[in-house]
Amino acid sequence: MDVTAHAFKENAARALSDSQLQRALAGLPGGLVAQRTAARAKLPEFEALRDIGRDIKNHTLAHLDLYLEAWEKKAREAGTIVHWAPTAAGAREIILGICREANARLVTKGKSMISEEVGLNAHLEAAGIEVVETDLGEYLVQIRKETPSHIIAPAIHLTQTQVEADFRRRHTHLPRDRVLVEAPQLVNEARLILREKFLAADVGITGANFLIAETGSSVIVTNEGNGDLTQSLAKVHIVVASIEKVIPTLADLAALIRLLPRSATGQEISTYVTLSTGPRRPGDPDGPEACHVVVLDNGRSALLDTPFREALRCIRCGACMNHCPVYGAVGGHAYGFVYPGPIGAVINPAIIGLKEAHHLPNASTFCGRCESVCPVKIPLPNLMREWRTKEFATGGGSLATRLGLGIWRFLARRPKLYHLTTRLGIAALSALGRRRGRFRWLPLAGGWTRHRDMPAPQARTFQQLWAEHRAGVPR
Amino acid sequence: MTGSEDRRRQMLDRIRSALDDGTPQHVREARVRERLGGASPHLVPERARGGAAEMRAIFTEHLAAQSATVVSVASAAEVPAAVAGYLRGNNLPMRLRLGGDARLSALPWSREPALTLERGAARADDEVALSHAASAVAETGTLILASGPDNPVTLNFLPDTHIVVVDAQSLKGHYEAALEAARQHMGATGLPRTLNFISGPSRSADIGGKPVLGAHGPRRLCVIIVG
Repeated sequence: MDVTAHAFKENAARALSDSQLQRALAGLPGGLVAQRTAARAKLPEFEALRDIGRDIKNHTLAHLDLYLEAWEKKAREAGTIVHWAPTAAGAREIILGICREANARLVTKGKSMISEEVGLNAHLEAAGIEVVETDLGEYLVQIRKETPSHIIAPAIHLTQTQVEADFRRRHTHLPRDRVLVEAPQLVNEARLILREKFLAADVGITGANFLIAETGSSVIVTNEGNGDLTQSLAKVHIVVASIEKVIPTLADLAALIRLLPRSATGQEISTYVTLSTGPRRPGDPDGPEACHVVVLDNGRSALLDTPFREALRCIRCGACMNHCPVYGAVGGHAYGFVYPGPIGAVINPAIIGLKEAHHLPNASTFCGRCESVCPVKIPLPNLMREWRTKEFATGGGSLATRLGLGIWRFLARRPKLYHLTTRLGIAALSALGRRRGRFRWLPLAGGWTRHRDMPAPQARTFQQLWAEHRAGVPR
Repeated sequence: MTGSEDRRRQMLDRIRSALDDGTPQHVREARVRERLGGASPHLVPERARGGAAEMRAIFTEHLAAQSATVVSVASAAEVPAAVAGYLRGNNLPMRLRLGGDARLSALPWSREPALTLERGAARADDEVALSHAASAVAETGTLILASGPDNPVTLNFLPDTHIVVVDAQSLKGHYEAALEAARQHMGATGLPRTLNFISGPSRSADIGGKPVLGAHGPRRLCVIIVG
């Protein structure tokens, strides 16, 4: 995919003036956010489960090599062919090789963010293979030649009107005067078109929400059933999964599926949770004849001995982006790489490099909502700050930012001078702004005042007020 | 194959060295063996720990909220009539696709001569499928189906209407109990190709955020509880 994370500022400015996008994003607070809140209220144990989710993932990550080996052993016993891909390019080659061996002309896909991460579709298409996304949201994004703007709701940036226009433009073999007014009519049209693809596919590719070491299984969590048709009707099933998807046991799965759907869509459980183990068994009348799992690293193992290990706990529910004021304002495409929102701001720099992605960890107000809803309690603001520190330490950031931070650091290390400077500064600003109560323009603060007024400060600093309070001065 | 073996080694070595905090390898291995050997449940929600009647009520309530139809019959012998009644009531064809499940085969189908039964995996033009669940979970209204010749996996997803029979005795309060039953049932051979948790008809909210039933899988799910 084209990575545009370096252009986050321009992307964000465009997104803010895109009225269709703004209309689509306006649905988030009353939709996914409200649904999660309601689901959480219905399960009193939810907060305790978040601690358990965190602990399961921490334990697994600390023994990741051993759990991957244990999973592989069981998977092989069940007949799964396991492939190891250190890089995105490696994963693409392995999957293309499997498709070629199967003489595949048509590949159906269930939703997989890992396949987006490695740029799988373009690679298969370049080799002459037709690739069809079957998750409805992914299909919409594919026919528009776009990328997903959300990890669980890929087409969340689109309105129903846009979908109707796309279907009319794309499905030209259908009668022009057909009625496509209601969402079910659109869903049905996609259903009929994709059904033919499921039935004709040679290879079906899905992602994995989890790999279970105890049983050698891969697990997908879905609502549409497309991932199941993808993997049950094609002759060959390929699973693409990253290393951190492994969990120890079925008991761990039970705990984590109490967290994932509630955090993601606010459902008590998603309609389908599917554990797949190996190919069809002797005597089975259906199911794939071969089952491959491609295990991808792509920069993740390099995080294990850093503070970013905590980000590998992520179970990809999307709650952090649903609750993020920045995501809610600019949507997912502005982030310029596969993973948007707070989790993207933390893991994209590890995958595509800090030079490309340096804006992302800076695009946060550190309000902390992401961390407060994360089902596995990833300290997202802290980790974004880690990237900011790294950026500063390696000479990143604009000259003005570096200079400003340098001055601030100089003062912050000298408390007396800091208090004196702020006291004088606040007093001066207060005197200057007393008449209007706000500033329309301030030197060095154009980035703020171009978009909104800066309120004039009170005459005294917090430190002064606190000192007076302690001395018993009445306010 | 050397290339692939090298890649495997390279990946696992990198992970191992990144995780090396001085803990002896045999200690780490023992921890993993212990965890894999004796999987004990984590926190089981209180709602999943009641008596049979309460669990049945919760199961039914959740399934209904998730847009499934729930029918209760006193004995297995009443299943054919319940199936026929559901199909007539919804104006659906009286033709069923099912696998070789002995519990379903033993039912008195001759009492419903209008029904036609066909065996095997689902075909593209099948409209109604009938399966028997391995077990079910009350806490979220979830059916658990095990793939194989008895209950082919395509029956769960291809036809427009899916009817699932479940024994009341196999209804568990929570996931852990159902998974434990699956584990014991499978014995040494491991899990079946697919173990499907199904909690309603297929749905999607990908168009404008509005939930719509029947995205790719069944538009209708009817659950018949026996006993």
